[in-house]
Amino acid sequence: MTGGISKRIYRIQFALLSPEEVRKMSQVKVITADTYDDDGYPIERGLMDLHMGVIEPGLKCATCGGKVDECPGHFGHIELAMPVVHVGFIKELKTLLDSTCKSCGRIKLTEDEMKTYKGRFSQLSFATSDPEIIGLNSKKATDEASQRMVCPHCGTQQNKIILDKPTTFREEGIKVTPKEIRERMERIPDSDLMFFGLNAEVARPEWMVLTVLAVPPINVRPSITLETGERSEDDLTHKLVDIIRISQRLRESRDNGSPQLIIEDLWDLLQFHVTTYFDNQTAGIPPARHRSGRALKTLVQRLKGKEGRFRSNLSGKRVNFSARTVISPEPFLSVNEVGVPEKAARELTVPVTVNIFNLEHVRELVKLGPEPRNEFGKYVAGVNYIIRPDGRRIKITTQNAEENSKRIEVGWVVERQLAEGDIVLFNRQPSLHRMSMMGHTVRILDGQTFRFNLAVCTPYNADFDGDEMNLHILQKEEARAEARIIMKVQEQIMSPRFGGPIIGGIHDHITAMFLLTHGNPLYPEDVTVHMLSYLDVDHMPEVELVGGKKFYRGRNIFSLLLPEGLNLRFTSKLCSGSKEKCAYEDDPLDKEVYIVNGKMIHGTIDEAAIGSFSGIIIDKIFRKYGSAAAAKFIDRMTRLGVAFLSSRGFSTGISDYDIPDNAITRIEEISTQAIERTNKLIETYRAGQLQPAPGRSVEDTLEIEILSTTGVVRDESGKIASTYLGLTNPSVIMARSGARAKMLNISEVAGMVGQQSVRGGRLNRGYYGRTLPHFKTEDIGAMARGFVKSSYKAGLNPIEYFMHSIGGREGLVDIAVRTSRSGYMQRRLINAFEDLKVDEELRVRDTIGAVIQFKYGEDGVDPTRSDKGDTVDVDYLAFNLEQEVE
Amino acid sequence: MGKFNVLQHDLVPEHHLVPKKEEDKVLNELGIAKDLLPKISRSDPAIKALEEIHGPIESGTIIKIVRKSPTLGYSVYYRAITSEVFK
Repeated sequence: MTGGISKRIYRIQFALLSPEEVRKMSQVKVITADTYDDDGYPIERGLMDLHMGVIEPGLKCATCGGKVDECPGHFGHIELAMPVVHVGFIKELKTLLDSTCKSCGRIKLTEDEMKTYKGRFSQLSFATSDPEIIGLNSKKATDEASQRMVCPHCGTQQNKIILDKPTTFREEGIKVTPKEIRERMERIPDSDLMFFGLNAEVARPEWMVLTVLAVPPINVRPSITLETGERSEDDLTHKLVDIIRISQRLRESRDNGSPQLIIEDLWDLLQFHVTTYFDNQTAGIPPARHRSGRALKTLVQRLKGKEGRFRSNLSGKRVNFSARTVISPEPFLSVNEVGVPEKAARELTVPVTVNIFNLEHVRELVKLGPEPRNEFGKYVAGVNYIIRPDGRRIKITTQNAEENSKRIEVGWVVERQLAEGDIVLFNRQPSLHRMSMMGHTVRILDGQTFRFNLAVCTPYNADFDGDEMNLHILQKEEARAEARIIMKVQEQIMSPRFGGPIIGGIHDHITAMFLLTHGNPLYPEDVTVHMLSYLDVDHMPEVELVGGKKFYRGRNIFSLLLPEGLNLRFTSKLCSGSKEKCAYEDDPLDKEVYIVNGKMIHGTIDEAAIGSFSGIIIDKIFRKYGSAAAAKFIDRMTRLGVAFLSSRGFSTGISDYDIPDNAITRIEEISTQAIERTNKLIETYRAGQLQPAPGRSVEDTLEIEILSTTGVVRDESGKIASTYLGLTNPSVIMARSGARAKMLNISEVAGMVGQQSVRGGRLNRGYYGRTLPHFKTEDIGAMARGFVKSSYKAGLNPIEYFMHSIGGREGLVDIAVRTSRSGYMQRRLINAFEDLKVDEELRVRDTIGAVIQFKYGEDGVDPTRSDKGDTVDVDYLAFNLEQEVE
Repeated sequence: MGKFNVLQHDLVPEHHLVPKKEEDKVLNELGIAKDLLPKISRSDPAIKALEEIHGPIESGTIIKIVRKSPTLGYSVYYRAITSEVFK
């Protein structure tokens, strides 16, 4: 930004342009429809008159004397041969015609009525009142006035006026000409205008009928010169040419006394041209077209809609130095890195200002040209452009690189291509929180996609089913410093939302660490060495000799990831969630994680330890050792995960859900029992013997009973199924460790899908008294109301499938509604908060300086550094201290 | 049913009048001009309840609000009374 605020808007007033005003602001009266003469020089008093501004270099504006970039452009005007109505004011003209007398011009209200309305309007002011309220009041007054068929002032009988869209008014079937409309408007006294919500000082209604047309400056409608040397005029100029031509013909015809019919035809044509000049999509008239058949883009089209000036150019600014492409995963990158395709890197540049210290270095860089590679054919950053102090850009080519490198002096700017190690911003929309845009360091990779570590999927909410992301190259040292210090991925590991890590292990990371540590398995030396080759370790973990062979414990291998001095004690996720007695409760060595001095003694690593949103280990490493150590832990964990899973192998399939026949029979049995129980409940209800639950109707009670019955069977069947699916089953491993899915999903596949519901109740919509014509009306049994007794594996019958789809649809609709609703809510919050600031004394203040909070958050605690909202984790501190003292 | 005093309710934080004499001291401590303080409408139910006890309260009077806080135990907030009505 150059300079400060030059002017501050005090208020905005909306008014109509009067013909006098149009003439006053006009610099030239345009009378010829021609643009340029044969020499390509603008014709005087033509549409490209030099008084209206210049667009060609070399010429000077005839009004202000400014050159191309100095002259802002000036208005001209066209005197129309006959008045025409302005399409934008058709609605207003209609009410004005309807509610005023055709002969005396007064509003058709009695003195008494005028007095009551006047009372209401006198409380309002055009400058300060809500326009909506003014509109509401004037609507009431005009509605009443337009109903009256005899003028209360002069007693003239009134006629109904019909609007023949878009611009013709008819009275008793006879056309009311714009000239006549204008005359009627002129007759309305200033004192009556307030009832229409018009401020007589700035908006006379006759100004809604045009006699003079303002011609916009040339800068608004520049002509372009094609490669062939041919001139191509702007759509607006084309339209203005039409208007002038017809206006001229109309004037001639009128002056030499042509027949009325011809004059009227020309008048209508003029009306058409003026209408389409404003809005070329007016309903009821065909859009004016270019010679090629393309519809012209006139004034309204320039402003309206998604591609209009507001949404596209004012709210939607675009940036340079950015790239967008598909994303894909790359576990061998650090969370702090992003893989950039070479093609993008060659286009994206960083400006380097030449000074005495870097002069030699920069000269060497320029010498490399625009496409350098090293001796192995790998990417090396080159230079695309050099910029001289006077602003001229010189494109560097392989041919001129050598020569240009010598010309470079201090003060020049060199646009260097993206290099490894540059810090850039990486972003995925929708940008809902600050972690949606983070700083990454660049790695140049082969291929066409951006790549990053999987742990960073969570903050971006990204997956790889075709997602695209944007990359922005920082252009200033200050920006790069900020990005390094506060925006870098490792600085964003802790979420300000809940005071825990938002970046952590997902899916395979968790599965791998779980398998590695659960039950503390032994791995032979070759396997261990192979796995560790993925890491940067310089020593082997503790050895265990079994039968004379070297073996290594999984927990010891995992301990290699932990920083020295880490002391931690917590319960793993393993047993939480299942109500019945957990199989591992007996073995505290599996459940209780115990880490002393960076060495894992016992326990199982799962979601609670390393997952995003929960990961206690990441949380404590971040707090004790800082962001870099936490990032390093995640990086190495990712690598170890890949190493482990690719050597062990991990997969799941439909056969993982096989359960013995007797289990299937039992599940069938209990589902049949449930259906019977439901029938019995319905019988009791029909007999009128069902006791209503307190505060509920009998019908509600029945529904609740049935729902709980069906709920219980599903749980039961899940239990039966999961007794046969132990921790050797990949799906169970994933569910138990928290890597993906829940036990419920497994029981749906192996056991039964269970009751489907819409809005928390059983399905009941569809046909009269039934969900499908396959049932009798009034059948409220289990199957008729959406109970699915099959499992996904066995397959659903057509009715069950249909019911399941109904339940599924609710979920989809829910998500669609929720995202749009919460998005709008969040937008309003952001707009309310955007310019609040925390000052040096931790007070929250707005731009005026008014206090919002005396202490940020009322306690001054940074939620990012808080322990899940609490100030300190006393248990951890105590344990850590205890261990450190030992 | 008698009129309910909102200040007695569990979810309504304590509202106290700051005496005129102490106003300067409070503002000094906060390091803030009076017009930059957050506002409270005199039509606010809590102010109406205070007026029942103390009689009419002038605009511009500072109100001290003590809220419960899970991290600090309690937190103090100040508002100046305004005749504005917030919608």
